[in-house]
Amino acid sequence: MKMIAAQALVKALEHEEVTTVFGYPGAANAPIYDALSKSTIKHILTRHEQGAAHAASGYARVTRKVGVCMATSGPGATNLITGIATAYMDSIPLIAITGQVSSEMIGRDVFQEVDITGATAPFCKHNYLIKSAKDIPKVIREAFHIASTGRPGPVLIDVPIDLQLEEIDFQYSKGPDIRGYKPTYKGHALQIKKIVEAIAESARPVICAGGGVITSNATAELTELVEGLGIPVATTLMGIGAIPVPHPLCLGMLGSHGVRAANLAVAKSDLLIVIGARAGDRATGQTDKFARQAKIVHIDIDPAEIGKNLGTNIPVVGDAKIILQQLLNYVDEHYKEKHYKTQWISTITQWKNAKPTNNIKEDGNNEQYVNPKYALSVLSEVTKGETIVVTEVGQNQIWAANYYQTVYPGGFLTSGGLGTMGYGLPAAIGAKVGSPEKTVIAIAGDGSFQMSMQELGTMKQWDIHIKIILFNNYRLGMVRELQKMKYQMNYFAVTLEGSPDFVKLASAYDIPGEKITNNSKVKEALDRALSYQGPYLLEFIVDPEESTL
Amino acid sequence: MAKHTLSVLVENHAGVLSRVAGLFSRRGFNIDSLAVGVTEDPNVSRMTIVVDGDDYTVEQVTKQLNKLIDVIKIRQLNPSDSVARELALIKVTANSSTRPEIIQIVDIFRAKIVDVSKNTLTIEMTGVADKIAAFEEMLKQFGIKEMVRTGMIAIERGNQVIKIGSSEESE
Repeated sequence: MKMIAAQALVKALEHEEVTTVFGYPGAANAPIYDALSKSTIKHILTRHEQGAAHAASGYARVTRKVGVCMATSGPGATNLITGIATAYMDSIPLIAITGQVSSEMIGRDVFQEVDITGATAPFCKHNYLIKSAKDIPKVIREAFHIASTGRPGPVLIDVPIDLQLEEIDFQYSKGPDIRGYKPTYKGHALQIKKIVEAIAESARPVICAGGGVITSNATAELTELVEGLGIPVATTLMGIGAIPVPHPLCLGMLGSHGVRAANLAVAKSDLLIVIGARAGDRATGQTDKFARQAKIVHIDIDPAEIGKNLGTNIPVVGDAKIILQQLLNYVDEHYKEKHYKTQWISTITQWKNAKPTNNIKEDGNNEQYVNPKYALSVLSEVTKGETIVVTEVGQNQIWAANYYQTVYPGGFLTSGGLGTMGYGLPAAIGAKVGSPEKTVIAIAGDGSFQMSMQELGTMKQWDIHIKIILFNNYRLGMVRELQKMKYQMNYFAVTLEGSPDFVKLASAYDIPGEKITNNSKVKEALDRALSYQGPYLLEFIVDPEESTL
Repeated sequence: MAKHTLSVLVENHAGVLSRVAGLFSRRGFNIDSLAVGVTEDPNVSRMTIVVDGDDYTVEQVTKQLNKLIDVIKIRQLNPSDSVARELALIKVTANSSTRPEIIQIVDIFRAKIVDVSKNTLTIEMTGVADKIAAFEEMLKQFGIKEMVRTGMIAIERGNQVIKIGSSEESE
């Protein structure tokens, strides 16, 4: 079928079952937008290209599909960069399609020209600069394949405008064969056996579950394994939800910003099974002091992660779900009975109970401030952990990570690896678009909220009903805390004077809201926000001295 | 630190070299030399990369290179089981009194004179890095005006080949 390449590109997206794209038009991608207007694909115009990338990322996480974002050349493309890097660090399948200046002008620094494939190469799984219009359908197929398989990640496609307008013969074939790209899914049988033996020999095993468990949808297998054998699970920031947080075997998040029970269990363990996690510095601290007594098993789909940060005794390359299934094949009733870690479970339960992260009591009768840990604990109660919570970055992120108790994988979305302020609101928009039947709650601080608050316009334009919980301490709380601890309380550049009245700001977008300054009002306010048919903003005023942990 | 030779088969596309080079700088790996050219298959280029580092570094380099979609296959070459060569062109100051001695050294090293002028000799030298270094050392006394080197290329001995699309390591 003959058509111009821009139409072919949109048609290829339809073949990939794309129903929604997030983007921002400009001169260099105008032919694609022209074709998009005649497509069944819904285009959501954000207020900034970075918002489009984060929205596509949030959409990808809740739908388990590839998220698609678009931007024009030059600044449009560079504005996507933070979103692409965020998705790369968190292994989110994302396709970014950028317009480029005319191919014969490339390299001459013409208006809105930038080398976006060069710029994004360090944090893209792969990228393409289209050289010939007829390659477009094949490249789109390859890009979706690469983005969504193996360890997922972002792929950028840069399309010069003259090629968008060229006529090509559209043909779409499934299943690309890329000789340099063959991910391993099944674990090596010998290594699986070694893990089974290691579990049998161990008295104090701990599983560290990362985002890979969620990506591979392995929660059922993980839960079956740990329940059968009595193995506690610590999660990384990205792994929150890999097992329901209220589960008796869930220790919570480990690491420098994690909870005591998780860190204690890892420190005392004699076998640490890391699944779908890259053992990042925030999770492990100094690796030579991490899980010192433990034999380390590392299961990951990306061979390059194994041994990169953490010395490993039993490396296994493959998909978390498949490997857990392989492990379960060995775990029969006899094995379970013989190797159930009764003693260890009672120890870790004591640690958990010593400092619980649920049912936080409102401390004192403070009339000025809301305790964010209490507020998140109440949020867990009233939602039963069944909403999708999307956080910003800063204290709000760690409060939510440790005190909101999500019960399912994909119920807690956050920028884990890159720590991108401004991620939360647009990612929540993407999550709500991808999962309209679910309640989506954006958790923010007053700093991070102001990095993306223009996306309130996107919410209004597209009637996207998100509940926003804004913890306002009039500060960049986490940096302030750092200055308090490490820089002799030399507070500098951390107050946010000049912030707007957030309730009034929301109101300007027809979003109702209220300001709460007292713990006793928190529950009713949350009830009002959640039962309201539409978006809602709750501003909780927080003590600037409130600690992260 | 030890030197390791990696043979890397890559797609013969524009931009592949920059991806590979970028990876090295980004991950803090040290390249001693990198030489690239097309293979018997015009769609495939072969890079010979000499890496300076310990076993951990070489493993990381290999794994990270393998993540690049355009990298098809990587093999670390065993020095005792492969042939490695580098080409150097050296322009050395020469006049009528020093020329005979230089020519003598060139003969001893089995190098070749490829250009001559009133006050220079340009010499082509092929060999392993050590031999080139020794040759360079001998020429220094005459004054080296310019030197250009290709970087190491290497190939395995005997019947062994790096084949695409099979896990067989040799024929």
